[in-house]
Amino acid sequence: MSDSLIDIDTNNSAVNPVEPFLRTDRMPHIWCPGCGIGTTVNSFARALIDSKIDLGSLALVSGIGCTGRVAGYVKLDSFHTTHGRAIPFATGLKLANPKLNVVVYSGDGDLSAIGGNHLIHAARRNIDLKVICVNNLIYAMTGGQTAPTTPDHSTTSTNPYGTFEPSFNLPHLVEAAGAVYVARWTTFHVRQLSRSISEAFKKKGFSFIEVISPCPTLYQRRNKLGDGLDTMKYYKEKSKVRNGAPTSEVGLSMTGEIVVGKFVDRDRPDYGSMMRAQFTESLGDKYVEQDEKEVPVCS
Amino acid sequence: MKADPRGVLTGIHFIDGDHACCEGALAAGARFAAGYPITPSTEVVERFASRVPKVGGTFIQMEDELAASITLQGAVWGGAKAFTVTSGPGFSLMMEHIGYAAMTETPCVFVDVQRGGPSTGLPTLPAQADMMQARWGSHGDYEIIALCPNSPQECFDLTIKAFNFAEEFRVPVMFMMDEVVGHMTEKVVIPQAHEIDVVPRKHTHKSVEDYLPYGTNGDQVPEMAHAGEGYNFHVTGLTHDEHGYPNMTPPVQDKLVRRLQSKIRDAADRIAMFEEEELDGADVVVVSYGITSRVAQRAIEVAREQGLRVGKLRLITAWPFPEKKIRELAAKVKAFVVPELNLGQMVREVERAAAGHAKTYAVSHAGGGVHRPEDILKVIVEASRCQTA
Repeated sequence: MSDSLIDIDTNNSAVNPVEPFLRTDRMPHIWCPGCGIGTTVNSFARALIDSKIDLGSLALVSGIGCTGRVAGYVKLDSFHTTHGRAIPFATGLKLANPKLNVVVYSGDGDLSAIGGNHLIHAARRNIDLKVICVNNLIYAMTGGQTAPTTPDHSTTSTNPYGTFEPSFNLPHLVEAAGAVYVARWTTFHVRQLSRSISEAFKKKGFSFIEVISPCPTLYQRRNKLGDGLDTMKYYKEKSKVRNGAPTSEVGLSMTGEIVVGKFVDRDRPDYGSMMRAQFTESLGDKYVEQDEKEVPVCS
Repeated sequence: MKADPRGVLTGIHFIDGDHACCEGALAAGARFAAGYPITPSTEVVERFASRVPKVGGTFIQMEDELAASITLQGAVWGGAKAFTVTSGPGFSLMMEHIGYAAMTETPCVFVDVQRGGPSTGLPTLPAQADMMQARWGSHGDYEIIALCPNSPQECFDLTIKAFNFAEEFRVPVMFMMDEVVGHMTEKVVIPQAHEIDVVPRKHTHKSVEDYLPYGTNGDQVPEMAHAGEGYNFHVTGLTHDEHGYPNMTPPVQDKLVRRLQSKIRDAADRIAMFEEEELDGADVVVVSYGITSRVAQRAIEVAREQGLRVGKLRLITAWPFPEKKIRELAAKVKAFVVPELNLGQMVREVERAAAGHAKTYAVSHAGGGVHRPEDILKVIVEASRCQTA
């Protein structure tokens, strides 16, 4: 008997609009209940829809860690590389085939600790990469160790008596290093995040979007900050949208205000343009641009 | 297929091994290099940086060797033939990515111009002490191919071979030069492009629906696709199944890791290259490689003048180790003499393959120079007098 007003056919339910972007044959995913990474993937997929990116020319590169697993779940050419090295891998991919749109999707520890050197140099070079950094404030895959982003006085498995190292302010770091687009949102800001990703696709150069995301299993639990829902409430109540805020003022604390918004949106020539300009100037007719990779039509 | 003439500097040149290696890479079709400066290898990429904008390609100087060794792999998946060049300390930093290339079956070439170690060691002076590191330096079980040139001409010829092996087997190939070969200037003949055989990428012709990124087809080497072609494939350093999807179960691990090994080992005879001289009737065989083979040549000639029956086996392929050749010789000769610029690396392989059927003598040298021929001669004389094992 069914007297519901909405006829739900469980055998042929409406397809979630982001489903075509996912490797559904790999579900269920490994992320914990309340984790924010899946939410970011949803926003990412919606940005792909909105920005009408040619998916055939889109490649996604991840490092290692919970967010590093994103590469395995998106139905794109996707590379799950080594710890910290998503950016240099993506750099090679982009330079070998400049027609590709290359997204780096990885976590805070991967991108800013073990991969920190690559992060600043890619920003300095202004390589045309879109970096999505899911910042859950901790090393989650390995069990809750301190990350460079872990706020002061947090309890972690490697700082059981509380952290005391100052943490990285990632937007400030990448702005100083030269990124042309820098934004931060939380997993509460799904639409804003999606819009930022779409904007980044329109930029030519190094774009960095930080997404503050809960790790209920390790960060929130260990610091008695509640579950995923409590974290959403915290993000909702304590986030303050300040577009154009000086990045020096957007550092994070454990329970304080989270400044979100688009902090940097500027233009400067990207690596590929500078390279071509320099060779053209120095070599003139002798400069041979690399062959355009033909994209074969796959049946 | 034949070499792209744009990359081939046909003619007779007087250049050093580092420069010849660069020309070999260009002739082989390499259009991408990522590097980080380190003596005594930098000249390879300096030349590449000067040459490649004129043939259509890219060089990028990365922030460190960790970056260089993975940037080149990104370029390979973007469709380029790519390599990096380094020396001891940089080679140490690249180890993780040699494992990544082996695991993901990314065809590429790592050039190591060996200098004295450990650590910073002797930046400007030769050694051959990275030979075991080339084979075993990354964690886990895997196979690589390693080649050892002993002249600038071979730096050209064998670099092409290195790229060809990399493409044929989808494996990282170690190009094990040494400081002397790298900086030695000699005549290098670069043939015409149509005389140079180049192995193209093993690119799939299958449709998106039929393509299995890590499916094999009898010869154990999967077909490759590049990013941007619509295949939507996944590449991971995790243990993976034929779809390229992570599958961390013992049966999948067993199947994958054994294939990574057997695709090389089963072809070992074909990959094995060596130069031999007067092996028939020899009492003693001198086994050497790289610059040491040229010093050993003098010792061998003097020994023959003294009436000793000395054969020469120069290893051009170091890995997979040509153990079949050593095994066959061990049944016929009294002893092997193995001079090398280290305290005993490849000699262990000779000893293992000889399996007690012939004696093995190391002629070690800590690096920083080359052997004096008389030091090798002394051991040849001693080995000639030994009782058959």
